[in-house]
Amino acid sequence: MSAPHLVIRRADWFGREKDLLMADGRVLELADHDPARSFGDAEVVEAHGAVLLPSLVDAHVHLREPGFEYKEDIASGLKAAARGGFGRVMAMANTSPVNDNADVTEAMLDTARRAHPDGPFLHPVGALTRGLKGEELSPMADMAQAGCIAFSNDGLPMASAAFFRKAVEYAATFNRPVIDHCENPTMNPGCGVNEGEVSSRLGLRAQPWVAEAEQVARDCLLAEFLGLPIHLAHVSCRASVDCIRTAKARGAPVTAETCPHYLTLTESSVEGYNTLAKVNPPLRTDEDVAALKAALADGTIDILATDHAPHADHEKETEFEAAPCGISGLETAMSLTWPLVESGLIDRERFADLWRHRPAELFGLEPVRLEPGDAADCILFDPSAGWTPSPDSLVSKGKNTPFRDTPLKGRVTAHVLGGVRVF
Amino acid sequence: MTREDTPTWPHKDLLDVDQLSLEEIHRVFETALSLQEINQRPVKKVPTLRGRSVVLFFAEPSTRTKTSFDMAGKRLSADTFSLAQSSSSLTKGESLKDTALTLQAMSPDAIVIRHWASGAAQFLAERLECSVINAGDGWHAHPTQALLDGFTLFQEWGTLQGKTILILGDIAHSRVARSNVNLLTRLGANVRLCGPRTLLPHDTSSWPVEVYTDLDKACRDADGVMCLRLQLERMQSGMLPDLREYARTYGLAPRHLERAADDCRVLHPGPMNRGVEIDSALADSLSSLVLDQVSAGVATRMALLFLYLTRTEAS
Ligand SMILES: [Zn+2]
Repeated sequence: MSAPHLVIRRADWFGREKDLLMADGRVLELADHDPARSFGDAEVVEAHGAVLLPSLVDAHVHLREPGFEYKEDIASGLKAAARGGFGRVMAMANTSPVNDNADVTEAMLDTARRAHPDGPFLHPVGALTRGLKGEELSPMADMAQAGCIAFSNDGLPMASAAFFRKAVEYAATFNRPVIDHCENPTMNPGCGVNEGEVSSRLGLRAQPWVAEAEQVARDCLLAEFLGLPIHLAHVSCRASVDCIRTAKARGAPVTAETCPHYLTLTESSVEGYNTLAKVNPPLRTDEDVAALKAALADGTIDILATDHAPHADHEKETEFEAAPCGISGLETAMSLTWPLVESGLIDRERFADLWRHRPAELFGLEPVRLEPGDAADCILFDPSAGWTPSPDSLVSKGKNTPFRDTPLKGRVTAHVLGGVRVF
Repeated sequence: MTREDTPTWPHKDLLDVDQLSLEEIHRVFETALSLQEINQRPVKKVPTLRGRSVVLFFAEPSTRTKTSFDMAGKRLSADTFSLAQSSSSLTKGESLKDTALTLQAMSPDAIVIRHWASGAAQFLAERLECSVINAGDGWHAHPTQALLDGFTLFQEWGTLQGKTILILGDIAHSRVARSNVNLLTRLGANVRLCGPRTLLPHDTSSWPVEVYTDLDKACRDADGVMCLRLQLERMQSGMLPDLREYARTYGLAPRHLERAADDCRVLHPGPMNRGVEIDSALADSLSSLVLDQVSAGVATRMALLFLYLTRTEAS
C-alpha cells in the first residue's frame, strides 16, 4: 500500500473521531483517530472536529454559460460549488445558445475542465427539446455520448403530455432520465409568488400550487404507465408531495427533489416586494414547508438540490413583476440544510443520502462512501462557524439570495476532490 | 428649540392607507374640508406651496387622476411637471431604478407616481429623498382614491361608523378595492365585496370583509355601493363571457337599491362604462356621488400635497 499524500486529521465521521488517509486520488483508509500515528510526508489538514462528509452532488444548477456570463460563468459557478461543498454539479440547458446539441455540451465541458481541472466537475443536463421550445426532440443520442447525463426542459416547462411522453421514451432509449420542471404553463398567470394570502394583498399575479401539483400528478401517472424514470425538480408544495407518495406506493419510478429555500422560507419572504425571494416555483406556506420536511424524513423526496439560479443585481433591483426568478444557492445550501440534522428531523446518513448517494445513484455518478478505494472526494463542514452571505462573502457572481445579510451558522471549511484540495 | 424641527406630518411617503393612523386619516379629511373652500372662490389659488415642485410621473395613462393632482398642486401654487413613461410591456424602456435616479437628480419636493407594477411606489420611496405619493401601483394600492372616497362619504354621513358598504365588480385586479377595504373598515364601516368568482381574489381570508357572488344578497341593507370600472380585456382572458351577461348579473341597477338601506349612496371611481357596471340612470340619479367624488378628489389631493410638502414645518 502506498503512503498517504493527504490526511484529514481528527474529523467527525458520523459521530466518531477519524483520520482520513488519501493517496493517488483515492481513499486509503478511514481510520479511528490515533494521536500517536505519524503520516510521513503527507500534507495534513487539521479538521478540529469538523464534520467529514463525502463531497456533495448538486443535481440542479444554472451556470449561465454560454450566453449569460454576466450572471455567472462556468468558472465562477464551479468556484461557488467548491465553496459550497459540491464536487459535481448538473447544469441545466437554458443557456444561449441552448444546450441542445453535442457541440454546446462539449464546449461547456471543455470550459469547465480548463477552468477547474481538478474539479468541481460539470455534468451537463441536455435540453429535452430543441431550443427548449417543446416542439422537436433534441438529438439525445449525440448529446448523451458527448456527456449529458440527463435531459430536461427546465426553465420552459412543457404543456403537452403527449409530446412529453415521447421525450421520456426517447431519452430512456439512451438510459438517460428526464428531469421535469413541473408547472403547467397554461395555469400560471404570474410568476415568483404563491397564489394566496400574500399575493392577494400585494396585488401580484401569482402561481397557484395546483399548476405544479397537476403536472406532478401527470408525470407520476406517466412514469407508472411507461415504467420509465421521471425525476421531478424542485418540488415546493404539499399537494405535489402527496401525489409522489401515492405514486411511489403504486410502484411508479418517480423520484423528486426539493431545495433548501423551500424548507426554510415561506411566501411571506416576498413582503415588501422583495425580488430576492422571487423564485420559480414560488415560496409557499408553513403547511407546505412542513409537508416537504416530512417527505424528506420519510423518503418521499429522494434528494436535495439547490436550483442555483444566479442573476445580476440590476436585474433583481426592479419592479417585482419585472424581476427574473431565482436564488443563488450553492454557497448557502449546507448552512441551510444542516439544521435538519441538528433538529433531529433526519440523521447524518440520510443527509449524506440526500446530497450525495441518491443523486449519484439516480444519475449514474460514481458512488463515494469514503471506503478504501473510493475517490478521495470529501468535505469538512464546521457546524458552528458563523458567516453572513453578502456580495463580498459570496464567490458566485449571483449575489441574489434572500439570506443576504442574514447571519447563518455552519460553513464548509475544506473540499477535496481526487485527493486535491479545491477549496 | 423651535417648533420648526418637529415634523407636523410624520410620513415621508404615502404608499397605502395602512400607513396612516385613524387620527391622521381624519386630519386629511379636516384639511381637505378647510381647503375645499378655495375651490369655490372666484380666484382658486393660494400661495401655500409656492416654489415647491411636484413631479407627476405616470407610467400608465390616467387622465383623471393626473388632472386631479395637477389641479390640486396648482391651486396651492406648487409647480407641477409631467413625466411620462410609456410602457407597453413589462420589460420595455428605462429601468425603474434609472428613472428613480433621474428623478432624484431633478430634486423635486414630491413625486406622484402611477405605475403598472405593484410595489413600484415603494421601490421609488426607498430610493428617493423626496415624498413619494402613490397614485396607483398595479393591482396593489390607490390610497388617494380611497381617501377621496372616504372623504366623500364622510362629508355625506359625518361618520362611517356602522355603515355597510359594498364594493362591486372586479375586485381581484383592483387597487381601488384593496385600499378601500383597508380604509373603510378602519373608519368603522362593514365592507362587503361582490363579483363573479373569476374576479375575486383567490384568498381573502385575512381581509376583514364579507364576500358575495350574489348581487341581490350583497345589496341587502347596504348604505353605500361602490362600483368598480370593468376592464374590457377581462373578456379575452376568459374571466367573463360577455358584457351583456356581466351587466345583467353584476351591473348595479335601481332595483338593487330597493333592497339596500334608504338613501343608499352610489360611488364609482370613473371613468364609468355606463350600462355595464352601472345603470346609466342610476349614475345620474340623486343617489349618485360620482361627481362629488371628483370634487372631493381635488380637495383630498390638495390636503395630501399640503401635509406631505410641509411636513417638517411649523403648523
Ligand atoms: Zn426549474
